[in-house]
Amino acid sequence: MSGADGRQALTAVDARAAAAGIGPGVPLAEARAQVPELDIQPADPDGDAAALRRLAAWCGRYSPWTAPDPHGGEGGGAGVWIDATGCAHLFGGEAAMLSDLCHRLARLGLSARAAMADTPGAAWALARFATDASLTTLVAPEGALRGYLSPLPPAALRLDAADCELLHRLGLRRIGEVLNVPPAALAPRVGRQVARRLDQALGRVAEPIDPLTPVPPLRVRRAFAEPIGTRDDIAGAIEALIAGLCRRLEEVGQGARRLELTLYRVDGSLQPVQLGTSRASREADHLKRLFAERLDDLDAGFGVEVMTLAALGAERLAAGQLALGRKHAGTGQRGAGELAGLIDRLEARLGGGSVTRPRPRGSHLPERAVAAGPAFAGSKRQAWPATGPRPLRLVEPPQPLDATSAVPATAEPSGSPPAQIRLGGLTHRVTGAHGPERLSPEWWRPDSPEGQGGRDYYRLETAEGRRYWVFRSGNRWYLHGLFA
Amino acid sequence: MAQAVNDPKATRTDAPGSDAGDPDAGGPDADGVPDLETLRRRVRALERGTGPERAPVLPLGAPAIDELLPGGGLARAGVHELLPERTAWDDGPVTGFALALTGRLMAVAQGPVLWVARRGDLYAPGAPAFGVDPDRLLTARAGDDAGVLWAMEEALRCSGLAGVVGEVGQLDRTAARRLQLAAEAGGVTGLTLLRRRVVPRGRQDPSAAATRWRVGARPARRDGGRAVPGGGHAPGAGRACWHLDLVRARGGDPADFEVEWDHATGDFALAAALRDGSAADFRAGGVPGVRRAG
Repeated sequence: MSGADGRQALTAVDARAAAAGIGPGVPLAEARAQVPELDIQPADPDGDAAALRRLAAWCGRYSPWTAPDPHGGEGGGAGVWIDATGCAHLFGGEAAMLSDLCHRLARLGLSARAAMADTPGAAWALARFATDASLTTLVAPEGALRGYLSPLPPAALRLDAADCELLHRLGLRRIGEVLNVPPAALAPRVGRQVARRLDQALGRVAEPIDPLTPVPPLRVRRAFAEPIGTRDDIAGAIEALIAGLCRRLEEVGQGARRLELTLYRVDGSLQPVQLGTSRASREADHLKRLFAERLDDLDAGFGVEVMTLAALGAERLAAGQLALGRKHAGTGQRGAGELAGLIDRLEARLGGGSVTRPRPRGSHLPERAVAAGPAFAGSKRQAWPATGPRPLRLVEPPQPLDATSAVPATAEPSGSPPAQIRLGGLTHRVTGAHGPERLSPEWWRPDSPEGQGGRDYYRLETAEGRRYWVFRSGNRWYLHGLFA
Repeated sequence: MAQAVNDPKATRTDAPGSDAGDPDAGGPDADGVPDLETLRRRVRALERGTGPERAPVLPLGAPAIDELLPGGGLARAGVHELLPERTAWDDGPVTGFALALTGRLMAVAQGPVLWVARRGDLYAPGAPAFGVDPDRLLTARAGDDAGVLWAMEEALRCSGLAGVVGEVGQLDRTAARRLQLAAEAGGVTGLTLLRRRVVPRGRQDPSAAATRWRVGARPARRDGGRAVPGGGHAPGAGRACWHLDLVRARGGDPADFEVEWDHATGDFALAAALRDGSAADFRAGGVPGVRRAG
C-alpha cells in the first residue's frame, strides 16, 4: 500500500488477493470494502529494492551475469535478469535450469515465473505474459521469437502506459499486429520507443544487461548433489575450485591479485569472502594456504549448495613469477617469493592492508609525515626529507603534560623549555633541553585543527636519562614522542 | 620452507628437561643441550653455501659485550627478548636497542625486517638514526598478542626476511618456545619487545629465548664526552646512554653494561661494564672508547 497525493492505494498484492479481484492501483478504501479481512502493510520501496538486489546476487549461482530489474509493469512484479549464455549446460539444459531455479525459489517461499529467449526483451515478455501459475517456465527455441511474441499484448514490449494506450487506440492489440505495420507508417504515430523495444525484443539491436557486479572473466563454480557443511568438505571444495581457477589463469597467462569465494547456502543467503595477494599468483598451493587462514570465517549455515571462486583482479604473470617459492625474475633475491607468500598469509589472517611499508609524505607535521605504503612498492625509492632529530615512538594524539617553567609565566620569553614535567604520576627534572624547533600549522589543509597556533618542539632529557619530545602550543605543553 | 600455521607438534620437539626450569641456571641440561646443538647443526647445514649473510651470530659490534655472549654475538637463528626497565613511558631505550639490532641485521642480511605490533606508534623518521633503512621496514598490525605471536612465528620461518621484531604485552613460556623453535628452523633472527607496563623481576622467569635483555635509560655522559655541535647538550641528537642488563643468555652468564649509542657511527660504545661484580677477565684495555666503572 502506498499513499501518494493523500490517496492511498495498493502497490502489490499476493496471489490470494489477486484471486479476489484486487490488484495494484486499487484504492485502499475500495479494496477494504471488497475484502474486509485484507492484511495491509505499508509499502517499503527501499526494502523491496534491497531484497531484489539480494535475489539477483543469489542468482549468481546460475551465471555471473545477473542484474535486478525493478520495473514491474502490467505483466507482473519486479524481476531478475540472468544472462545464461554458456551456463545452461551446467544444469542439464535450459529447461532444466529454469525449473531448478523456480523450484529453489519456491523453497525460499517465492513464487516466480521464468522464461528464456534469444533476447532480454523477449525473455522479459515471455516470463510476464506467456507463463502463468500452471506453466511457470518457458524456453523459446532459438530463432522462433516472432512466433512466440506475436500473440502477446504490446505491454509485453516494456512500454509505458501512454504508449500502450496509443497502440490500443490504433487498434493494435497484439505484438503480431504491431509487427505487421510497416515501420515507416508506425514510427510517426507512436514514437521511437515502440520501435526500439520491438527491435530489442527481436534482437535487431543489441541490449546489454548492466550486471550487478562487474563480471569477473575468470570464475569457476562447483555445485554439490547434497549440501555440504563440514570444514573438511568445504576445504576440499575450495581446493578443487582453486585447481580449476589456476587452470583458467594458466590458459590466459594471468595470475590473480584479488579472489572472491562465494558460498551459496541452502537458505538462500550467500557469504562472499575476498582475499588479496601481494603479487599475481596462480600457484594452487599458495592460494590454498591463503584460504586456509580464512576457513574459520566461513559459515556453512545449514549447508552449502554451490561455491564459486572468481579472480576479481588478475594480472599478466611473467614467467619468472610462476612459482612463488622459486627465484623471481627481476628481484634477483632468494626468498623474495617466499616473502610475497608470507605477506599474503599475514594479510589473509590479520586483514587486508595490515602489512605496510612506511613512506614519506609531504608534510612537516610529524603525525602526517608518514604514510602507510604498499608492502611491495617495487624499486621506487622516495627520499625521506631532512628534518631535525625525530623520536622513535610517536605519542599520538599528543599527551597533555604538566610542565613547570624555570621562568615565571608572566616574564617567560617565547623560547624557553620547561624545568620539570609531570608524566605518568612522576615528576621528572629536566636536565637537558634542546630547541625550539618551530613547526607551523598547515593552515591550507581543510582538516587542519582550527585555531591552533604553531608548535615549539623541544628535546628534553630528564635527570634519569629519559628523552622526550615535547611541544608547546599556546600555553599548553604536550608530549609527542619518545627518544631512545 | 615456510610451514603453515599452528603445527602443534612444533612445541613438543624440545627436550622435556628444559621445561623443568631455567636450563642455564643449574648447569648444562643433559637433554636440552644436545638437542639444541643438533638443531643448530641442522640449521648450519641448511644454510651452508648461501653466503656470509647467514652467519650464525650477530655481533653487537662492541667486543666487550660480544665476547661475553655465547658464540660472540646474538644467535642469528634465535629469539631475543627485550624488556623496558621501568613502568610507564619508558619504551624509548628498549625501542632504540631493538632498532639498533634491526639496523645491524639489515647490514648483514638480505631482505626487509618485519615489525609486528598491536600499536602503530613506531615512528619511521626516527629509525635511520639507528642504522635502519625505513624502506626495508615492513610493519604489520595485529589486533591482539596472539595475532602478533602468530605473525612472528610465520615470519621466523621465512628466509626472505632479515629479521622479525614483535611487540607484545605478555609472553608466556609456550609462546616463547614456539618462537624460538620457529627461529631455529627458519634461521631468521627474532626480537620480542615486551611492552607491558609492569615488568616482573625476570631473573627467575624461565624463558626459551636465546637471550633476554632489560634496557633502561641513563643520563648521557657529559664529562669527557664529545662537544655537541651548536653548543650545549643536545638530547636526541647526541649519544643515547643505555643500561643493558643481560638478564639471561643460553650458554652464557648474565652481565650488564652501560653503553652509548653513537648515531654518527652507528655503533655501541661501552660507557661502563659490570659483570656480576667480578671484572677480572674483562679486557677493557683493547676496546676504544670503553671505560670501566669503578
